[in-house]
Amino acid sequence: MADLFAHMPLVVAGLLLMIGLAIALWKRNLIQMLMGLTVVEAAVNLFLVASGYRHDAIAPIYTNAAEGARMVLPTVQALTLTAIVIGLATTALMLSFVILIYRYYKTLDVNEVRKLRE
Amino acid sequence: MNTVLLHSPALIVGLPIFAAILLMVVSRFGEKVRAVVFFAGIALASLAAISLAEQVLSLGAVRYVFGAPSPAAPLVPPDSGGIPVRILFHVDAAGALMLLVAALTSVAAALYALRSEERASGREYFYPLFLLLVGGVYGMVATGDLFNFFVFLEITSLAGAALTAYRIDHGLAAEAGLKYAVVSTLGGLSFLLGVGILLARHNLLNMAALGARIDLAGFGVPEAVAMALMIVPLAMKCGAVPMHQWTPDTYSRAPAPVSAFLLVSSQASLYGLFRIGFSLFGLSMDVSTVGLFVVILAVLSMFIGVTMAIPQHDVKRLISHHAVSQTGYMLLGAGVCLAVLGDPEKVRVFGRDALAGSLFHMMNYAVYNGLLFLAAGAVIYRTGTRNLDRMGGLGRTMPLTMACFGVGALAIAGIPPMSGFASKWVLYESVFRYSPLLSMVAMVVSLLTLASFVKVFQAMFLGPQRAAYAAVRDVPAAMWGAMAVLAVLTVLLGLFPDVVMQRLLLPAADALINQTAYTMPLGGAQ
Repeated sequence: MADLFAHMPLVVAGLLLMIGLAIALWKRNLIQMLMGLTVVEAAVNLFLVASGYRHDAIAPIYTNAAEGARMVLPTVQALTLTAIVIGLATTALMLSFVILIYRYYKTLDVNEVRKLRE
Repeated sequence: MNTVLLHSPALIVGLPIFAAILLMVVSRFGEKVRAVVFFAGIALASLAAISLAEQVLSLGAVRYVFGAPSPAAPLVPPDSGGIPVRILFHVDAAGALMLLVAALTSVAAALYALRSEERASGREYFYPLFLLLVGGVYGMVATGDLFNFFVFLEITSLAGAALTAYRIDHGLAAEAGLKYAVVSTLGGLSFLLGVGILLARHNLLNMAALGARIDLAGFGVPEAVAMALMIVPLAMKCGAVPMHQWTPDTYSRAPAPVSAFLLVSSQASLYGLFRIGFSLFGLSMDVSTVGLFVVILAVLSMFIGVTMAIPQHDVKRLISHHAVSQTGYMLLGAGVCLAVLGDPEKVRVFGRDALAGSLFHMMNYAVYNGLLFLAAGAVIYRTGTRNLDRMGGLGRTMPLTMACFGVGALAIAGIPPMSGFASKWVLYESVFRYSPLLSMVAMVVSLLTLASFVKVFQAMFLGPQRAAYAAVRDVPAAMWGAMAVLAVLTVLLGLFPDVVMQRLLLPAADALINQTAYTMPLGGAQ
């Protein structure tokens, strides 16, 4: 049980990943589908940050830090920040596509937005 | 001059991105200034890429350390505990090949875009996005860092999606752009998760150092999961079956010069797949299983791509389906090489040739398929229709376009003396040693491709002239010039395959096969 608690962030990330994928794949509304994608993104970001976590550790700043103090890993935090920014850009771009699609098709239903196949 | 050469790895990415930002600033000064800045950005980056490739091919792999006092600083700083903390660009012969491909096709596509997009609105956004796409592709093939690769992958995806949707086209292009963006985002996240697993396990992001570490520590379950999470999205982004559904939609709706360069961005994903398969995991994974998996994907791609292409009536959709089929050829050679990687004798006898053939096909494909997209775009530019049933007799009024399309069609069908024949021949020969059946399949697919293009050529250019297109003229000089560049390249690559093979392709194949050459200076620090 204690083991599960220690790995809680990873468990949560896994759950979020599955929830997000389920939404992205099964929801018929385009905006809801994009929300699912955002949840998947959050899951991956959470996984990244959690993988750098250490119990009883301080922020990785050397100034005024005690000699030999345990620090969390800074690399993953930098990566996550970058990934969040990229995620914001992709979400904004995809939402703008959705706006365009709605303007011309007057629908957001995934099953009706398939004029390319015709 | 030496300083420029020294910093060329930074310039190939820096120049396009800088030009993109500059364009946003100077776009108020009118179309002339915009066009000059745009083309200068592309051309200068190409020059830097070509000089870098030349340097790599004659002097050996280049490593460029960012954020260090000098780019040649020690790769592993002495106080870093053996971890290469800085981001590096790492270009070896395989990367140089990709740089050359991107440099040549980007110039042709940009030249074409100057005229073909002339009538479109919103060019102040088109040019910067195109520059970002080019910069992203250079970054993907030059970087030696996994997370950096992810960032450039996302830059190309974003720019590619935005450019695909750029003409809106009553929502159709926006739909194609959304499809590409969703596929890319899911793929990118999967890739990032794989990178995260490797980072959590080995504390490394540098591909060379990571490759050496995995080789040493062994290939466990987490590595297998990470490999699947990284290889699957890259296979998806290069348009391999069964994740190819986005390719016809995206390629066919994007403006012609964008389709031509999107091909190269797909090639960059394929390059990433090779790099990860050969250099990062290489012999530490079960190569025969992974190789067989790639070969199966390849055969399915070749076959399904071509059978889907034959009934198409939309010329760009048809070419896009062929793109899937051609990707299969590239995967075939690489898959065969991967499958026999464990046996040095087999690698020497045919594995190396199979990989070189696959790289050769990659190079040729980027040129001739780009040419086909540009030529089809030229016809659409003049006639306004993309439906093959409504075209006909255009050979009389557009002879130059017909000649260029003809060269591309002969090349894709593998007819000598075009480049497609040379690379397919290398593939047939080497793959035959692995399994004669696979070679037969590749030949049958080639025949079907020929049949399909005979039909297309006939429908577009031959037959009676249509009254509606009697006044159609050939395309402007810039568009025709861009096609001519690619057509000449297609012929040259077909006429001198030996030179290309010895100078470029075999070194590139060796750079991929020889994992320790890639990992050595960083692996030694472990």
